[in-house]
Amino acid sequence: MANGGKVLTEEITVAPRRISGPSRSYSMADQIFENITRFFAFLVLLLLAAILVSLFIGALPALKKFGLDFIGSTAWNPVTNVFGGLVPIVGTLVTSAIALLIAVPVSFGIAMFLTEMCPARLKRPLGTTIELLAGIPSIIYGMWGLFVFAPVFSRRAEPWIDSHLGSLPLIGPFFSGPPIGIGVLTAGLILSIMVIPFIAAVMRDVFEVVPHMLKESAYGLGATTWEVVRNINLPYARVGVVGGIMLGLGRAIGETMAVTFVIGNSHSLHVSLLMPGNSIASTLANEFTEAVGKIYISSLIELGLFLFIITFIVLALAKLLLIRLSRMEGKRS
Amino acid sequence: MKTVGFSRTLFFSTAMLLCVFTAIPVFAMDITGAGATFPYPIYSKWAQAYRAKTGIGLNYQSIGSGAGIKQIEAKTIDFGASDMPLTKDVLEKNGLQQFPTVMGGEVLAINVDGITKGQLKLNGALIADIYLGKIKKWNDPAIVKLNPDLKLPDERITVIHRSDGSGTTFIFTNYLCKVSSQWKSKVGNSVSVQWPVGVGGKGNAGVADYVQQVPGSIGYVEYAYALNNNIAYALLYNHDGKLVEPSSKNFQAAAAGADWKNAPGFRVILTNEPGANSWPITGATFILMHKVQDNPARALEVLKFFAWDYANGGQMAEQLAYVPFPPVVVKTIEDSWATIKSKDGIPVWKAPAAGK
Repeated sequence: MANGGKVLTEEITVAPRRISGPSRSYSMADQIFENITRFFAFLVLLLLAAILVSLFIGALPALKKFGLDFIGSTAWNPVTNVFGGLVPIVGTLVTSAIALLIAVPVSFGIAMFLTEMCPARLKRPLGTTIELLAGIPSIIYGMWGLFVFAPVFSRRAEPWIDSHLGSLPLIGPFFSGPPIGIGVLTAGLILSIMVIPFIAAVMRDVFEVVPHMLKESAYGLGATTWEVVRNINLPYARVGVVGGIMLGLGRAIGETMAVTFVIGNSHSLHVSLLMPGNSIASTLANEFTEAVGKIYISSLIELGLFLFIITFIVLALAKLLLIRLSRMEGKRS
Repeated sequence: MKTVGFSRTLFFSTAMLLCVFTAIPVFAMDITGAGATFPYPIYSKWAQAYRAKTGIGLNYQSIGSGAGIKQIEAKTIDFGASDMPLTKDVLEKNGLQQFPTVMGGEVLAINVDGITKGQLKLNGALIADIYLGKIKKWNDPAIVKLNPDLKLPDERITVIHRSDGSGTTFIFTNYLCKVSSQWKSKVGNSVSVQWPVGVGGKGNAGVADYVQQVPGSIGYVEYAYALNNNIAYALLYNHDGKLVEPSSKNFQAAAAGADWKNAPGFRVILTNEPGANSWPITGATFILMHKVQDNPARALEVLKFFAWDYANGGQMAEQLAYVPFPPVVVKTIEDSWATIKSKDGIPVWKAPAAGK
């Protein structure tokens, strides 16, 4: 920073000399520049590999001791040093799934309204609001979830859920339980609120770039707004839509503070979504500082490794989905 | 042009910031410590007062007891702090010296309709059964039997515990182990355990929040948190079968009977102590230092700091609902410092006459 000004003037004085100089030094500079950029690009790869390797080394004692049992075990006992990752892994997946289940349709609705139906003078304020929401730190959502949402939810919503949905066949067990206000469902709901701005903003942006020609043509043929969105916007913007959903999912899977506040942080597996659970990220946030003993720490690191793997699988699946979609597209036309 | 102007401002502001940061260590030799979160408020208050007096500051990072133990073993700090006292074997293995600084008490905070501060009476066996999930309702006959004059609702009990590893949990589960054989065999005693039931809150503040949020809940917190948040708490029957209320006096009563002199590393756990006034869930927080000091001058500063705290910090501690040690115990602690030596075997700490 200190010699920012100096670099700039240097550039200006050097530049004309280069033009008059031989082309060899020119290509050498190019070469150097290319190598530097390549180095930075590979640095990312290197970092990724380094993180993976250090997570693996850290998790080795736990991997050796528990083997594959770690994934299937609900034990989490720092006294006897027996650990299993099932509760946090399930918690992470379930809360993220709830979040997406709610956030995707809502975001889709927001994006559709903003691009197709919104009066022009509302477009900008609404769009900016959504972008602002995306910028709120997660701890704020967590605190809001604990102090505002959870009490209201436990008093007004959960008794209703318990008495109405809890007695239904098949899905009943998921929705019966005491109205504590803190639990897996609450965490999923807070997460959905957190990821909606992300998904909605991306969806709006990609719907925005759908060529007007295509849409107008469809309207000209008598298509309804829904048909235009369904048959023109969505297929045209599918890469962006999937990308937006993945961005939201990525945030939901790795979210730490907001989830810690409302999930209940309990290492026991319940069928009911109203009961407290745990997620990988919140387990790490809660227990890493005071974890004593090799196996305990190693088990926590192994959980981190799983979080890494889950994120990796999710991204890979998204890429596969896109490849398959585009292949199908090719066949149809 | 604009970029140049911007980077220049940035340069100057960075330079000024650097000046500020590099200037601080010039003022004094700061001692460094890290560990337990429980005593953090009192350590920082003491540090503030001590710095005003002597110009020597304390850089204390409340990174957790486990991390504090790791840091002192790695010798990156002058002292470590832990809520869980280390055993004699561990201390000897790592060449560490251990001594307590302050005490604190824990209460069972409750949120039951119509029941206010100090109305509900509980005993150890009941608490263990609640935390084991065996007693599920507030109007359980066992609770009613202890509280015949209270109108207890037919409400589900929601157990709240700590989600993070914590010295508070260590003291609480230690108490439960002493009062319930079933707890001892099924769950055990540690900074975090596998809770049979309940919801986990992060930190004392998290548990206090949950208790306030969730109707029908019960949770263990440092006395200060119940006091500051004005949460109702229960009275307890202690070891002698006497009903006691949480207070500085009763925490001290629990410490008074303890045999500090003969406990290696002052490893005294003050739960379920005998004595008519002893509050049953009391505990101390500890400091860890290396017995052989590479830098005796720094070690001396650390000891001087704590000696000053013992002598002058009692009132500050009480303001924050911690309990200072009585002078007799302090004397024993300071005598024990004779074993902290430089590499040449010269004791770091000189007789307390110099301090007074």
